[in-house]
Amino acid sequence: MDIMQDAGPLRRIGAMLLRHYYLMRSSPTRIFDLMYWPLLQMIVWGFITVFFVRHSSWLVQASGVLIGAVLLWDVLVRSQFGMTLSLLEEMWSRNLANLFVSPLRPAEFAGALMVLSMFRSLLGVVPAALLAIPLFAYSIFDLGLPLIAFWAILLMFGWGVGLVIAAALTRFGLAAESYAWASIFILAPISGVYYPVDVLPGWLRAVSWAMPSTYVFEGMRAVMIDHVFRWNLVGPALVLNVVYLALGIMLFLAAFRSARERGQLLHAGE
Amino acid sequence: MLEPVIKVEHLTKRFKDVAAVDDVSFSIARGITTALLGGNGAGKTTTIGMLLGLIVPTAGTITILGEDMLRHRHRVLPRLNFSSPYVDFPNRLKVRENLMVFAQLYGVRDAGGRIRELAADLDLGELLDKKTGSLSSGQKTRVSLAKALLNRPKILFLDEPTASLDPDTADWIRTYLERYQRATGASILLASHNMAEVERLCQDVLMMKAGRIVDRGTPSELLSRYGRANLEDVFLDIARSRRAEAAAQ
Repeated sequence: MDIMQDAGPLRRIGAMLLRHYYLMRSSPTRIFDLMYWPLLQMIVWGFITVFFVRHSSWLVQASGVLIGAVLLWDVLVRSQFGMTLSLLEEMWSRNLANLFVSPLRPAEFAGALMVLSMFRSLLGVVPAALLAIPLFAYSIFDLGLPLIAFWAILLMFGWGVGLVIAAALTRFGLAAESYAWASIFILAPISGVYYPVDVLPGWLRAVSWAMPSTYVFEGMRAVMIDHVFRWNLVGPALVLNVVYLALGIMLFLAAFRSARERGQLLHAGE
Repeated sequence: MLEPVIKVEHLTKRFKDVAAVDDVSFSIARGITTALLGGNGAGKTTTIGMLLGLIVPTAGTITILGEDMLRHRHRVLPRLNFSSPYVDFPNRLKVRENLMVFAQLYGVRDAGGRIRELAADLDLGELLDKKTGSLSSGQKTRVSLAKALLNRPKILFLDEPTASLDPDTADWIRTYLERYQRATGASILLASHNMAEVERLCQDVLMMKAGRIVDRGTPSELLSRYGRANLEDVFLDIARSRRAEAAAQ
């Protein structure tokens, strides 16, 4: 009897998720690593908020705006880190050749990275969001349904950026590792995380509005300060996300092809 | 010749100006073990990498199990597998977990049962619940072989399957491979520097040098052609370009 059945893409993606579930289960420090920075950032910005509320009339309008911003920013950061860290785990363990002589396809591998990134962003940010409630009397969950839209937009944008970095890692190997950790932070000043986009110089505002993240932070401030959900910010963010995701997937597949042409998959991680 | 399971025509791989594999053609018959021999840099690993789809050739064609490997490798990959001491597993995962992940990737029915079966065959029972990173290199080689057999491949690619093993374990692995091949009729392509191993396991030997196949035959044919008593001397003759001298003698 044939011992194999047609595995199908879902089973192969499931296998990759299983691999990372085993890893997390075996290494509680990895879970702590996921939570550490979001918790620390939330606490720092929480105390800054406490200070500013006493000295800023703008912040008094919505005292949680900075904490909300830092939590949503971490959704984006964890989403991107989640993708690239999962790829780095395979490179560090010199496992890529084993994976890619199996029936796993590059697009399925990228799909698994996306799902992993979703779980990693939840594991990283939800504990910090819950802790903000007793510590600073701020609940990001009070944003209500818009929170789901903000989270989804940031998650998708994190995938897009993560795919570009995954492409660089696939093409250049561990030499590109530092970009995996640093690249996303270039988006912080231009996404208007902690301040309205209006404060940016004109030319930078145009760049800023090309980032889906900008629409989220503007939208969050609209909900918290003006108590309105600006649907008109959601559409452009989603369109931009589709563009960045498509670019990311194309770049990743091109980098994978290039790595095969250069024979890098056999030696990735060395 | 028996029906070929691998057919390679004019296979070439250039890395910039260097031809790692240079216009190589060969076919490999079903149900036998073939050795790919050659010194460092001869092109063995690049050839195996191209056969497995890990490296894209610059030119040439590869047909495996009747499929064009360059266009439809995902139709073929479920029926192949590979083991190399130079490719590792996630060290933090237990042996059982690593095998389970690959069993799922290959779509193995009753993955738990297949892992138990291989654990019994390869004497891995006591290792299954150990972290892969805690194993000796010999134990890791056996785990890598178990992974390579999970899907009961029609073609098994082995890169130095007994490197870093003590003589007893290496002999045990060779015996296992012989039994496996007899039982399943699988074809095995083996890259090795161990000439005694090649003489024992292989019915066909491809000798590579500087990216080309410079000779081919059964071990006994090669021994007789070069007038040598063992394959190691044949290897040295080829590596040091002494074929002409050997033939003249």
